[in-house]
Amino acid sequence: MALLEVSDLHVSFPTPDGVVRAVRGLSFAVETGKTLGIVGESGSGKSVATQTIMGLTRGARVSGQALFEGIDLLAMSPKELRSVRGAQVGMIFQDPLSSLHPYYRVGWQIIEMIRNNHHEISKAKARERAVELLRLVGIPQPDRRVDDFPHQFSGGMRQRAMIAMAMSLNPKLLIADEPTTALDVTVQAQVLQVMRRLQEEFGTAIILITHDLGVVAEVADDVVVMYAGSTMEKADRYETFGAPHHPYTEGLLQSLPAYGGERERLRPIPGQPPSLINLPGGCPFHPRCPYVMDRCRAEMPPLFEVGGNPAHTSACWLSRDQVERAALRTKVVGQPLAAPAVP
Amino acid sequence: MVRFLVRRVLLGVFVMFVVTIVVFVIFFVGPGSADVARTMAGREATPKTVALIAHRLLLDRPIYVQYWHFLDGLLHGNLGYSYYHGQPVTSILKQAFPVTLSLALGAAVIWLVLGVLSGVLSAVRNRSFWDRTVTVLALFFYSMPSFVLGLLLLYVFYYQFTLAGIHLFPGAGYTYLTANPLKWFQGLVLPWTTLALVSAAAYTRLTRGSMLDVLNEDYVRTARSKGLSENRVIYRHALRSALTPVVSQFGIDLGVLVGGAVITETVFGMPGLGFTAVQAIENQDLPVIIGIVIVASAAVVVANILVDAFYAVLDPRIRLH
Ligand SMILES: Nc1ncnc2c1ncn2[C@@H]1O[C@H](COP(=O)(O)OP(=O)(O)OP(=O)(O)O)[C@@H](O)[C@H]1O
Ligand code: SF4
Ligand SMILES: [Mg+2]
Repeated sequence: MALLEVSDLHVSFPTPDGVVRAVRGLSFAVETGKTLGIVGESGSGKSVATQTIMGLTRGARVSGQALFEGIDLLAMSPKELRSVRGAQVGMIFQDPLSSLHPYYRVGWQIIEMIRNNHHEISKAKARERAVELLRLVGIPQPDRRVDDFPHQFSGGMRQRAMIAMAMSLNPKLLIADEPTTALDVTVQAQVLQVMRRLQEEFGTAIILITHDLGVVAEVADDVVVMYAGSTMEKADRYETFGAPHHPYTEGLLQSLPAYGGERERLRPIPGQPPSLINLPGGCPFHPRCPYVMDRCRAEMPPLFEVGGNPAHTSACWLSRDQVERAALRTKVVGQPLAAPAVP
Repeated sequence: MVRFLVRRVLLGVFVMFVVTIVVFVIFFVGPGSADVARTMAGREATPKTVALIAHRLLLDRPIYVQYWHFLDGLLHGNLGYSYYHGQPVTSILKQAFPVTLSLALGAAVIWLVLGVLSGVLSAVRNRSFWDRTVTVLALFFYSMPSFVLGLLLLYVFYYQFTLAGIHLFPGAGYTYLTANPLKWFQGLVLPWTTLALVSAAAYTRLTRGSMLDVLNEDYVRTARSKGLSENRVIYRHALRSALTPVVSQFGIDLGVLVGGAVITETVFGMPGLGFTAVQAIENQDLPVIIGIVIVASAAVVVANILVDAFYAVLDPRIRLH
């Protein structure tokens, strides 16, 4: 049994302009101790999906199932869900600058979380643990910095502090929502390394949300590619990077320097993601797809197995035969995907 | 923190200095020296007294000497004599000030608690039955002039109660706390309620808006993701930040009120600063008017310093820089 199994998740927001359908039939699974990468352009519903699972979206209409160790999080009472939050599932959010409370000391915020779940731990003990956690994520002089306020930390340090807090109760799952987007490249690498080290040490499963496939290539075991609130493609890292099926995945890969041939020339996918209020009929990617066929405009493709591999699925009408697909790619795109060195 | 406060206090002293100059210019220089002496001397003074007063006020000397004399008097707590009562202005102020202070502080505590709690409730249950009820009530009291509410309360709780033989609240006047605490309290209930209800409404709206903003902040979501109880999320995390604009409004309102709650004091016949000011203006009792203007300005200045100090306590980003 997977640690977390989300199936057919729908989330929509009624707004004055119409109903925003942010997540439409999303399904994915996270295995114990593994890392799942969720990739997609801005607005594809990554944050909404993961926050909804933990009951953190307000004013949304939600349906579907999210089984955590076999129990549906979406059907839990607020009290039950609170006991899962923090203790079982730690969360790190997109913007480290605004995710810590500006009026409380960093250490206080970590101690609060520890003592909220373990009333028996003394303040002094919880503080020791907070210092230990800050040391673990690489904050220098943690015994002094524990008394700092967030504004005295740099962006990278705040994100590390968030990781320390999210890991403070040894959760089974860590949901990291673009933990490195707001940071510069060297700090990005450091933060990812911290997360990987913690995962090795504690066996934590991780959902890593990002719109950067490069990050996914480094750390994810499995990859879910999202577009306009739906799953486009699901596969392990090797398949995703070596033999992607969905044209959207292909487009994302081509926008990576390692795939474009010339390192300097990025090729972003032409066009814009669709409005989530007036979604196009059929395949949501069809207005931007270089392979578009008549059928794509009429019918939404379900997730098909690719190349006879049940772990690799793609929501696309193109041939599921890897050889045919590669031939078509050469014909339409004009070049085969350069095989990347997957780390 | 200390440097920040010292800076604020120095600024406050400077503002008070400017206030004394403005007062001096308006009341002494503006009307011309002959007029001032005559007014100061009162309506029935002989020319001789007027001349004497002109001399005592140094009206025959250069302006800066006059101002220095005026400031020197102020600093020694000497504000002159009311020509109407013949009493020293300072002792008039000393009698009136506790009345206004009791009224203002009591009402402020009530409206703050009432406004903040209903504002939080309204924000947390946004668009619920509670929110709508609170909003309508708040608008009702917000648009109600305090003299109307005051008279209404008097009519019901004094007039009708008295007719029914219940003597819970006096119709007018003020009992000093030191004289009889129970009577002090009974006398203040209706004025407090009047002031508090009229002001609480603004605080309900302010708190509600501020809370709605803060509830959307990322750090409130973080607090929820930590598994904290909803009460802790709302009161420990959200309200802490949402109070900032409320506190600054509170400081301003309280400062103004301590300078005299004119209407409420008049409706309930309470001899506070506002009531005294109205009488002084009617009697053209210049020294008393000057005294009250200075006390009222000082109240606003002190309230502002307290607000800033409280800001610093609330927000470490101010405290540490
Ligand atoms: N409370 C809300 N009300 C209305 N629409 C919302 C709300 N929250 C999110 N949305 C919409 O849902 C869509 C998905 O948002 P989401 O934040 O999940 O995107 P994302 O994939 O995380 O993008 P990014 O990479 O920019 O973080 C967006 O179009 C957003 O505008
Ligand atoms: S279904 Fe059609 S439009 Fe959609 S991705 Fe596949 S080929 Fe392109
Ligand atoms: Mg997001």
